[in-house]
Amino acid sequence: MAKLKSWRELPCGAIIEDLQAVRENKTGSWRSRRPVWDEKKCRPCYLCWVYCPDSAIVLKDGKVAGIDYDYCKGCGICASVCPRQAITMEKEKK
Amino acid sequence: MILAKTGNEALAWAMRQINPDVVAAYPITPSTEIVQLFSTYVNDGLVDSEFVAVESEHSAMAACIGAAACGCRVMTATASQGLALMHEMLFIAGGLRLPIVMCVASRSLSAPLNIHGDHSDSLASRDSGWLQFFCETVEEGYDTLLQAVKIAERAYLPALVAIDGFILSHCLERIETFDDQDVREFLGRPKPNYNLLDYRHPILVGPATLQDYYFEFKRSQIEGMNNALPIIEAVQQEFRERFGRGYPVIEEYRCDDASAVVLVMGSACGTVRYAVDQLRQAGKKVGMVKLRVFRPLVHSLLKERLGRFQTVGVLDRADAVNSYGGPLFTEVTSVLYDLPQRPKVLSYVYGLGGKEFAPEDAVKVLEEVLAGKKAELVTYVGVR
Amino acid sequence: MASIKELTQRAELFSKGHRACAGCGEALAVRQILLAAPQPVIAIMPTGCTEIFSSIYPHSAWQVPTIHTAFETAAATASGVETAYRFYKKLGRMKETVYFIAFGGDGGTYDIGLQALSGAVERRHRFLYVCTDNEGYMNTGIQRSSATPLGAHTTTSPAGTKIPGKTVHRKNIMEIMIAHEVLYAGQTTVYFWKDLAEKVAKALAKDGPSFLNVLVPCPLGWGHPGAETVNIAKLAADTCFWPIYEFEDGRYKINYEPKEKKPIEEFLRTQQRFRHLFEHPDGKEVIAELQRYIDEQWTLLHKKQVALCTP
Repeated sequence: MAKLKSWRELPCGAIIEDLQAVRENKTGSWRSRRPVWDEKKCRPCYLCWVYCPDSAIVLKDGKVAGIDYDYCKGCGICASVCPRQAITMEKEKK
Repeated sequence: MILAKTGNEALAWAMRQINPDVVAAYPITPSTEIVQLFSTYVNDGLVDSEFVAVESEHSAMAACIGAAACGCRVMTATASQGLALMHEMLFIAGGLRLPIVMCVASRSLSAPLNIHGDHSDSLASRDSGWLQFFCETVEEGYDTLLQAVKIAERAYLPALVAIDGFILSHCLERIETFDDQDVREFLGRPKPNYNLLDYRHPILVGPATLQDYYFEFKRSQIEGMNNALPIIEAVQQEFRERFGRGYPVIEEYRCDDASAVVLVMGSACGTVRYAVDQLRQAGKKVGMVKLRVFRPLVHSLLKERLGRFQTVGVLDRADAVNSYGGPLFTEVTSVLYDLPQRPKVLSYVYGLGGKEFAPEDAVKVLEEVLAGKKAELVTYVGVR
Repeated sequence: MASIKELTQRAELFSKGHRACAGCGEALAVRQILLAAPQPVIAIMPTGCTEIFSSIYPHSAWQVPTIHTAFETAAATASGVETAYRFYKKLGRMKETVYFIAFGGDGGTYDIGLQALSGAVERRHRFLYVCTDNEGYMNTGIQRSSATPLGAHTTTSPAGTKIPGKTVHRKNIMEIMIAHEVLYAGQTTVYFWKDLAEKVAKALAKDGPSFLNVLVPCPLGWGHPGAETVNIAKLAADTCFWPIYEFEDGRYKINYEPKEKKPIEEFLRTQQRFRHLFEHPDGKEVIAELQRYIDEQWTLLHKKQVALCTP
């Protein structure tokens, strides 16, 4: 995480100007289960992508390419909506 | 231009000249006329302002904050229960450092209900981070509102300008107003520190903070208020240079050789002046100290000016219900506490709910202050 | 209307890294709405789950200009922002179309924020108000709101030994907004991503106030696994617990007719907040009343659809 600012370094008024800072918060550390994507079973329908509350389905060249494990919280919505069972939930290894 | 205006009319006139971008307001006695008059200016095309007839004072301040966050020059008007209703929003405006300017026709707070003038409403909001100005006359109200816009925009703090409810708001006075163009030039355009509508540079206004940052944001806001006095004095000076009149933050009336003085804010200053003159005629060495700016609390000036007197009587037009004296009294004694030599300070609460504070009452107070002591901690002037 | 593939080309304006619970329906709704909306969007939000999980300093998940002031003020703050925009437009300082979306939870919409919403809509500000409805004050730990359904357990309408959960039906916020003559009102859930996207587009095309009520299941508050959020959002429509419909130009239109209308029990069984209804002596009565109410509202909605379509 970024170093804590002193009061003199804060903006005038309670505002956030750096909208990228949120990426520091790697919510992937929350997981107790992780989704595992089977490329062979996937026919990109994008349902996993549209239903992920954390935008953790990675797309590349217009196709599903995997899971962003830095941010995936392991909720399991993707696995439950996939019409081809191309995503399964496994226990997170620590 | 010489005009006959009541306090409300004068403030509305000033608002017309200020020509704010957005006004979001709700009517409440005794400030209603300000909103009414301004609506007429809008519908007659005399201002460019957008007027939002909100459905409550709380929404008024929320809408003001929304518009001010977009860099607009924003104003509103209220009193009493309305100011109390928007209480949480006042703190938010302060924390967001938005230079919203508000007219307050100072009025008492329920219960029981009372529509008349006292300072309870503004003083109940003294911790909200707003600049607070208290005016003695209608003309001073007009002047102060014009100054407040410039001060708020430089200090990045919201400001309220208080005129005593009914006593000033509804009192017809001969005032000298300035030229529209001169006012416009005096004010210039605001330099907002952020603009929500600048979507090419998106920001988030009003985040949540945890224990690691809240205190730091507050410290920063406090510093803003700490730095307000030089800005107030600079703007007052610019005003005097351009318009030929002005008022100091603290005014001393016949205090040069006074051993006892009364410290007072608002319209009662006029009454006290009159009483001082009467007593001076009888050879009594009394004076009046008028405080125009309540926030920021100008402690170094107060120490410097009040320290030399033997007794200071503090007149409060509000009460804090069993604090040690009225609100202004507790603030002043706090300021004077560290002085190696400090005056005796006496607490007087007067005029709540618009109860008349007559010259005879002022004379009695002055005489008692001159005597230098009284039996009870707080004297409730004129209470049966 | 955009296909799902087209949606994948759009910018993600609600960033990962936010602190919503795993499987949060509300975070999903906000993300989907920002994907579907034409740009630029200015977002206004009250205090609530979204505000807390999306904007703890120094992190903002929002990638569009966003303002939060207080709990009851989403619509009032939006009024101020939209007025500022109108002022700039009037003076020629801004020329382009900008969209204003206020996001409120059911707490900030049905209850504490209702006054501000009513006022803003009456004044005809051009903005879309989205209620992300999870049927309770979830951010403060699952207390009942006027959106909480009959019989649901919350911490302030607990499933007690004497009284089994909330004792009154929820408010009909859609009817309230329709009575305010909003230019568009739509109801949907996070399952219906396409319907939601279409409704967002329709609403934002209006030159005045519009309203969306989006059911967003809450794993913590409703008591279901995070993985079930989207499935439950579909079941809500399949049981007609949450009709998917819209109101525009004086007409009601039902957008989703379940192939097979399922009994409410199926919906209730998926969530712990209704579990007591299957054990409490009065539980059966409550379930029957819920079913009656749902059937009545569903029939009524069909009647309204027909009635206003008939010349």
